[in-house]
Amino acid sequence: MGGLSSRHLLEIEALNSRDIDTIITTAQSFKEVNERVIKKLPTLRGRTVVNLFLEPSTRTRTSFELAAKRLSADAINMSGSALATVKGESLVDTAKTLDAMDCDLVVLRHAYAGSPHILARTMRARVINAGDGKHQHPTQTLLDLFTMRQHFGRIEGLNVGIVGDVAHSRVAGSLLPALAIMGASATVIAPPTLLPARPDVLGAHVCTDLDSILPELDVVYMLRVQQERLGRSPFPSLREYAQLFGINSQRLATLKDEAIIMHPGPVNRGVELSSAAVDTAKNLLLYQVSAGVAVRMALMYLLLGGEEDGFAA
Amino acid sequence: MNSTTTIMDAKAIDRAITRITHEILEYNKGPEGLALVGIVTRGDILAQQIALRIAQIETMQVPVGTLDISFYRDDVAAHLAPELHTTSLPFDVNGRTIVLVDDVLFTGRTIRAALDAIMDYGRPAEIKLAVLVDRGHRELPIRADFVGKNVPSEPGEHVRLFLEQVDGRSSVEVWKAMPGERIGSAPVPSSTTKAGTTRTSHIEATKSDTTRTSREETT
Amino acid sequence: MALLLKGARCVDPAHELDHVTDIAIKNGKIKDIGQDLSIDKGEVRDMSGKVLVPGLMDMHVHLREPGQEYKEDIASGLRAAAKGGFCAVLAMPNTNPTCDTGSIVGFILNRARQSCATRIYVAGAISRGLTGLELAEIGDMYAAGAVAYTDDGRGVQDIGLARLAMDYIKQFKSPVLSHCQMEDLTAKGVVNEGVVSTRLGLAGWPAAAEEIQIARDIALGELTGCALHIQHITTARGVELVREAKAKGLPVSCEVTPHHLFLNEDDVDTSYDTNMKMNPPLRTKADNRALQQALVDGTIDVVATDHAPHAAHEKALEFELAPFGCTGLETALGAVLTYMVHEGTLSYGQLVERMAHAPRALLGIKPVGLKVGLSADVTIIDPELGWVVGSDGWESKSTNNAFNGRSFQGRATDVYVDGFASMQDGVVS
Repeated sequence: MGGLSSRHLLEIEALNSRDIDTIITTAQSFKEVNERVIKKLPTLRGRTVVNLFLEPSTRTRTSFELAAKRLSADAINMSGSALATVKGESLVDTAKTLDAMDCDLVVLRHAYAGSPHILARTMRARVINAGDGKHQHPTQTLLDLFTMRQHFGRIEGLNVGIVGDVAHSRVAGSLLPALAIMGASATVIAPPTLLPARPDVLGAHVCTDLDSILPELDVVYMLRVQQERLGRSPFPSLREYAQLFGINSQRLATLKDEAIIMHPGPVNRGVELSSAAVDTAKNLLLYQVSAGVAVRMALMYLLLGGEEDGFAA
Repeated sequence: MNSTTTIMDAKAIDRAITRITHEILEYNKGPEGLALVGIVTRGDILAQQIALRIAQIETMQVPVGTLDISFYRDDVAAHLAPELHTTSLPFDVNGRTIVLVDDVLFTGRTIRAALDAIMDYGRPAEIKLAVLVDRGHRELPIRADFVGKNVPSEPGEHVRLFLEQVDGRSSVEVWKAMPGERIGSAPVPSSTTKAGTTRTSHIEATKSDTTRTSREETT
Repeated sequence: MALLLKGARCVDPAHELDHVTDIAIKNGKIKDIGQDLSIDKGEVRDMSGKVLVPGLMDMHVHLREPGQEYKEDIASGLRAAAKGGFCAVLAMPNTNPTCDTGSIVGFILNRARQSCATRIYVAGAISRGLTGLELAEIGDMYAAGAVAYTDDGRGVQDIGLARLAMDYIKQFKSPVLSHCQMEDLTAKGVVNEGVVSTRLGLAGWPAAAEEIQIARDIALGELTGCALHIQHITTARGVELVREAKAKGLPVSCEVTPHHLFLNEDDVDTSYDTNMKMNPPLRTKADNRALQQALVDGTIDVVATDHAPHAAHEKALEFELAPFGCTGLETALGAVLTYMVHEGTLSYGQLVERMAHAPRALLGIKPVGLKVGLSADVTIIDPELGWVVGSDGWESKSTNNAFNGRSFQGRATDVYVDGFASMQDGVVS
């Protein structure tokens, strides 16, 4: 079966496990394309994709731009500083303006939770959430799931530990419900000051002792310490944080043989990951990045294609 | 349902494959520099069978690739492939003579997509098209170089190849489409399945030097 | 100037009245109550099937004038009040300029005189400019007619100033109306801290941020002897604190809004509907139950709306950027009738206590009642009238109502203030 049960990707819960399987399988085909000399397909010729990045993010924007261009769509980048929102135009008006230009897909990165819903309510175009405030980052989650599937051949039953600033992390915000959807087990490992009020509603177990749980994990998902998002520091020092919640050589040695380390990037070397933990073969950070392009190609293909099949409509 | 006519049975299919094999070898003056590329999900099986016969005749293995043209189709906006298959061309296409293999040649659109797909892998010396059945009704200037059987058909009919490996029986069957049904969609067996549905076949018009190109079309 | 209202079920527990009877009104006063009354000249109206109660009062509204007339003005706000069945409102001081001097109080009272018949009362600011730094000119406002003092919209953060204000205000025998929100704890919070903040990735606003100030202000009330009224209480624990204070005999009261009574954090779903963004935020289902119970048992004295109109373009913003608040004047009565009175949990008598008598008693203003000689301030309710919220438009300039689209049963059809109809047959005059 092709197509997805949702016409937008506003949050990860819009997808069921079959949708996620479809995206992963489709992304595998695109991964193959990305390994060719000519990394370009005519699939979305004539379609227009707008990358509306109201919050700076070179990495995610580049990944979406590459994905669109490799599918031959016309990709246009609109970034925060150049944008009318700064001049007092509301997101609703920006959405209406883009719609009047007949774009087919808007990829939105914004500092405020739920903002993709405003676009989806206002526009005819499809909408992909590329990160909304502290809420979710569903395409990051899909590429994370892709990476786990490629490495383990499955997602169901994996034991995933998410370490770090879960409270302020949109990456964890979508990964946790996704792991629940896919039948994996999730534990959040962080000082209580970096946990959301109710991790249980996201389906997560809670642990504050990294060393006790590390040998049991299949996936050690390290979150970036986002100092720019924090007000009063929720831990006494980076040194203490690294000591309690960072992965270093000693902790690397306690991992299962087949266990992997993942990270949404960019890494703070020496904080959540020591250099050894960045450079180990267990660290799939760069694989995640390359998977990101394929997964975003798959999403665009599945969201923009198949209108008459009743998929995605 | 309406009545189904069997145009070719297993034996006839077998003979046609054998004949196509000989024609390919005759055209290429042997297996040197040759590669077969089958379009999923029945063209690839046909390509394997042709390769097997070449191996028997020439005691030489020619490389076989499979091609899923889903991403090259011209109707992605309207229809998505029900299932994607891996494209695998385990050889260097540059400088080769590639024989594209498909089951039923109809509008020519699948072949157009397949040509684009192959070109994205490199620059072959030439591309030829082999099809088991040519049912006519081309919408593009494309024709086959090697044809198993020409089957005159109505636009509103299905002409479909069934193969033992996928369908449990080998035959070519013709039946009238139901109103509103998309013609050209290959059946989707529950386990295996189809990719590029609008199963329409195509090939760019090459010079019709050899073989029994059944239907002469101009470029 | 004579009017005869015939055949309504007249309910006023203050005068032990609850039966079908006629009410005659002359020169703005209730002239007679009894069976089969008649008048020589004047209007006779058949009110059979309806419920007639003392005029309702909403002691917590934001009328936005002066300063934000694009959201609401005194005229439109008072019309909205009439539409909702209210005879009187208490206007909050967070206008621009802030209502922190006698002249602004005078301006508001004067503007209201040119508007529809709904009575207006004014609450003055506790601190100058609502900054929480120094006392506003409370005596000046008192002299100009203010009846209560509050920094509503913000809690008074400085405990020293809070104590000072209560000590000072008690000389005017006016209550302090307390908006309870410790800002160090709410920080950038926009929804209840817990399930909804986690699920939607929004900053949380813990219940404790409200409860700590309730506890603090009760202690200050005890210390100073000033009457304290807790505004828009939202949590079970907050209710418990008020219950304990009342048991000790302290002059403490509190109010609850219809949205905190009947809506909860589950209504803030992935649609990120900004009409569900309130200060304080919607809490939990368990809190709904505790608040309703406390309203029935009298721990909560008053239903007030915290009517907070905002323009459509403001509420169309991202959830975190949109302003807090929803309108309430036109839906409060319908909500209480639908979810409590018709459910049998709250009697009409209790409704009259919580929505007519208690607010006036707490503010020390002229009481109303179904008694010969009192002002003819009455609200007439059609208890069976079914309506869909928002379907017939609004008298308010703003439409940011949290009950939009819900089906209610029961609505005010007629409102008289001093014997004048501010609404007649559902039409505001």
